[in-house]
Amino acid sequence: MRWFAPSWQALLAVVLCIGAGLLGVMSLPEATALAQPAASIAYPWAASKSLIFDAILISAAFSMMRVPPAVAALALFAGAHLAAWLLLSGIAGFEGTALAPFYLLMAAAWLLAWRCVTILSGLKPTHRLAKTLVGLLIPVIFGAWLLIIWEGVVRGAGIPFILLPPPSAIGARIATSVPILAADVRQTIFKAVIAGYAIGCGAGFLTAILADRVSFLRRGLLPIGNMVSALPIIGVAPIMVMWFGFDWQSKAAVVSIMTFFPMLVNTVTGLAESGHMERDLMRTYASSYWQTLFKLRLPAAAPFIFNALKINATLALIGAIVAEFFGTPVVGMGFRISTEVGRMNIDMVWAEIAVAALIGSVFYGIIALIERVVTFWHPSLR
Amino acid sequence: MTVAEAKAQATKPVVEAKNLGLTFRTNDGPVQALTDVNLTIDKGEFVSFIGPSGCGKTTFLRVIADLEKPTEGMIAVNGMTSEQARESRAYGYVFQAAALFPWRTIASNVALPLEIMGIASAEQKTRIARVMELVNLTGFENKYPWQLSGGMQQRASIARALAFDADLLLMDEPFGALDEIVRDHLNKQLLELWARTNKTICFVTHSIPEAVYLSTRIVVMSPRPGRVTDVIESTLPRERPLDIRESAEFIAIAHRVREGLHAGHSYED
Repeated sequence: MRWFAPSWQALLAVVLCIGAGLLGVMSLPEATALAQPAASIAYPWAASKSLIFDAILISAAFSMMRVPPAVAALALFAGAHLAAWLLLSGIAGFEGTALAPFYLLMAAAWLLAWRCVTILSGLKPTHRLAKTLVGLLIPVIFGAWLLIIWEGVVRGAGIPFILLPPPSAIGARIATSVPILAADVRQTIFKAVIAGYAIGCGAGFLTAILADRVSFLRRGLLPIGNMVSALPIIGVAPIMVMWFGFDWQSKAAVVSIMTFFPMLVNTVTGLAESGHMERDLMRTYASSYWQTLFKLRLPAAAPFIFNALKINATLALIGAIVAEFFGTPVVGMGFRISTEVGRMNIDMVWAEIAVAALIGSVFYGIIALIERVVTFWHPSLR
Repeated sequence: MTVAEAKAQATKPVVEAKNLGLTFRTNDGPVQALTDVNLTIDKGEFVSFIGPSGCGKTTFLRVIADLEKPTEGMIAVNGMTSEQARESRAYGYVFQAAALFPWRTIASNVALPLEIMGIASAEQKTRIARVMELVNLTGFENKYPWQLSGGMQQRASIARALAFDADLLLMDEPFGALDEIVRDHLNKQLLELWARTNKTICFVTHSIPEAVYLSTRIVVMSPRPGRVTDVIESTLPRERPLDIRESAEFIAIAHRVREGLHAGHSYED
């Protein structure tokens, strides 16, 4: 059997396909139409049913032949996504009527995508561009299937919009409310988060150096810092609103407080990180405190400082959004989430969550990128 | 400085210790690391300190370097207190490990003391080139420490100690972590370097052949409390090929060192 290279995903996909074929009827309207052949009743997948089966079966079979892995991956990619697209576009308008074969076919298509990602992960491209492309494609396919399954289950089972809107509805909502989302991002991210993050991280860093220099601060402040960094500081948000008013300043204050202590604690730990031998070395050069700080201790502390910056990137976003729940002008991501929930516009809530997730990832990614450049020498990166 | 003063400066011993003692205060009570050390090291000498662990040889080196303060007696370096000597950058110190900063290239690691001492960058460049050649590392300037072998890292750390041209070199078991072949090679290079630069070198080791091969004088120390038990003048010529280690004279000196170590040792009681 030199031409046959079986994989369990593809085999299982074929089995699921056969199961779906044996069960036959894919939706309630189809059952009605079969029961009343005279009446002309519209039902999902009236025209595309065989194409879905073909896409899955052919690409599954093709992927198990002895073909180059890239070709097999391409076939699987095409088959899985064609089937998924047909399944999802077919159910539109017939939400909640899907029967077991629909889910079996979804699962089969998903298995093919799984097989596709498995093959791609095993590829060892020599070309740099191809390597980056494959590296990107794998998480993209993975993420896309999370959305496809979400969409399929929500539409197939007819889950109420209030509980969980399908991703397509969220996407449509994002597309139609770009100005509102942009205004919210401007208010929450570009004002509250950036300002609060800069102030909190900067103050934490400077306090750490001060505590390093002044021993009573180190002995007095640090135990408290460790304790406070474990507290749910978000609770001070209403107080900050009373102190600094409804606008972004109070949110920036919450973010500052939230990011201050992780930065303080991490920087102090990092400053203690340089070895005795290295410090003795600086002493033999009669190096001043500041020379030792800038040439030895801060570079050695950089991995810890970046850790704090990354933790704080997430904390800042949470802090700013949640703080807006407690009072804000009529703009801002947290304000939008809390009001749109009240108005049952759940898709808008999800749209804000999606935007926040995107911005959070970009924020984190930028810091991680800078970290790679600055601490290239650290054993975990080199 | 008058001529007479200059002369006095020139004849002044590089290191002078009188009745030197150091007691560490620990939780288990005081520990005498050094007691009653009397030693004078003149310019251009190569002095090795040898003894079992805990004999205070590293501690003595650290006292010279002002990394530890003696609790008794007196230490003078270049006629100054050890603190003044440290502040005037009188010595280069080579540690047991290379202690290179991983975020700096080899060249900029060597430049570190020069930066701290505020030397102009053009001057830095010529000095780096010179010491890199001295330790045979030319061509590795832009490598990072972790890209080099242990022997090369230690050579880079020697280059760093040489870069600011102190007349005294303090070396604390610099080759202790290296294998025999690399160590032989570096010993030979160190001797050549010493001959070329006419520096004073204090060298801590626990290897008898290394001490005998390198030194003009060998200080044998013993533990509990750390003290000097014997000072052996080497009769070997300054020019020393590696095979001098098979000569009868070498073996005789090595034997005397071993005797000294044995006499100072008290495993029996």
